Amino acid sequence: MPRWRALLALPAALALMGADEPQLVPDVSQREVVIQYSFTGADLLLFGAIVYPDGRRPDKPADIVVVLKGPEQSITMREKQKVAGIWVNADTARFRSAPSFYAMASSRPIGRIVDERTAAIYELGVDKLQLSPSSLNESAELSRFQSGLVDLRARSGLFVERPGIVEITDGVLYRARLPLSARVIVGDYTAETFLVQDGRVVAAAVRDITVRKSGFEQFMASAAEHWSFVYGLVAIAMAVGMGWAAGAIARRI
Amino acid sequence: MDLYLPIANLSVNALVIIGLGGVVGLLSGMFGVGGGFLTTPLLIFYGIPPTVAAASAASQVTGASVSGVFTHMARGTVDFRMGGVLIAGGVMGAGMGVFIFRLLQYLGQIDTVIGILYVLMLGGIGALMAKESIQALVALKTGKRPPARKRRHHPLVAALPMRWRFYRSGLYISPLAPLLLGMATGILTMLLGVGGGFILVPAMLYLLGMATQSVVGTSLFQILFVTMATTMMHAMTTKAVDLVLALLLLIGSVVGAQVGTRLSMSIRPEYLRILLATIVLFVAARMALGLGFRPDEIYTIEVR
Repeated sequence: MPRWRALLALPAALALMGADEPQLVPDVSQREVVIQYSFTGADLLLFGAIVYPDGRRPDKPADIVVVLKGPEQSITMREKQKVAGIWVNADTARFRSAPSFYAMASSRPIGRIVDERTAAIYELGVDKLQLSPSSLNESAELSRFQSGLVDLRARSGLFVERPGIVEITDGVLYRARLPLSARVIVGDYTAETFLVQDGRVVAAAVRDITVRKSGFEQFMASAAEHWSFVYGLVAIAMAVGMGWAAGAIARRI
Repeated sequence: MDLYLPIANLSVNALVIIGLGGVVGLLSGMFGVGGGFLTTPLLIFYGIPPTVAAASAASQVTGASVSGVFTHMARGTVDFRMGGVLIAGGVMGAGMGVFIFRLLQYLGQIDTVIGILYVLMLGGIGALMAKESIQALVALKTGKRPPARKRRHHPLVAALPMRWRFYRSGLYISPLAPLLLGMATGILTMLLGVGGGFILVPAMLYLLGMATQSVVGTSLFQILFVTMATTMMHAMTTKAVDLVLALLLLIGSVVGAQVGTRLSMSIRPEYLRILLATIVLFVAARMALGLGFRPDEIYTIEVR
């Protein structure tokens, strides 16, 4: 599981830091994002400071990569193929850990900061996500499905890559703005920050962000889920009431 | 004006949805049909998940048919006995629809089946309507009256056992025939979010041979109750009824339905029918092309 992998990687990174390794002090503009009736998405500012031991900055400027990740989902993907003249769902693939949201920003294009292997370990980039396939597909098929997933989610704003937008001021302060799409699901999100020096991740830090629905939206969602009979009655009553009222008003006019 | 839909999990432009409801309501008022056949595909086209679209469109059809039912009840053109049998069948059909819906969802073929059903249903009914209304127009132009059709039900209907009297429909037939018909429309309502008036009205006329004056009222009566049952079943099983979406659609459609009803009184019914036939055939053709053309999205994601 990638989440485990990230967690395993963190103590390792911390152990590497020791006394003379730099540290990250990250923060986010909002610890809680509330979805309410007018929610059309949000902009999150991820910022923080790089603390170097003894305040000495390295001669070669370091790079920053920030990753915003949503709750993982177990998904089934279907691929349409032309069968007997019409397009129908043919092949399927199942993934156990597809992130519902993934946004990454870096201070330079990711290929110039880290090599392929490091990018894969820290899941830097939409093509490096560990989706944990649970169906028996060939690897060529799986990568086809993965690129299909990336394409689909990228177009609905759920997978975002913004290389080169992390600004680093005086080598110690960094900031990046990442868009949170209106289609995000509720749950626990993480904002990870990686400090990269000479192709090596030298520091990492995580902040948690909660996305939740506000009063009314939360009430509706849980009513539909838990009191489905009453919810259905309300839907019917609303339809009948409005239809009847419109008819009654129209007869007066 | 953006509004977040709590069940569909996305935000939509409220005015677009109200406008869409208005257009559909206008048509439903003009032609006496529910209009669900337009709502569901348009909502899907707008980006609403298909299940939420079908579940929420059903409640819009309820709203659009309420005032029609009251009008027809006041005129005495609702055959309650026939309507009752149709509703019983419709509720059974909706129950079967739940099962079919789940099976198709599991197989991943729900979209294709919905597409094919739309093309067959709308294409067939549209062609039938177009033929009828062109004949009527020709008759109108030449001044010749078309030969009066002998009102008789289909021989298969006569073969069914057990007969009941349906006074307002002027029929003495087996209740199994309307029960089966109701069942078929119930399944369609559950799968497509349509009221089924399209199937019901011609079937009542040509298969059952009902008296014309009570056809529309009785079919509206059946649609009202079956869409209510369908909304409930969706709320209980798929949990995909979005009240905010339904409210927006209803605002548009109940207003549109009243305007449509007034408009329909000032246009000749022959022209109305050919207009409806054109719209229906157009939607069917668009859906057929959608099946054959390479779709915009090759991949679909389903969260488990």
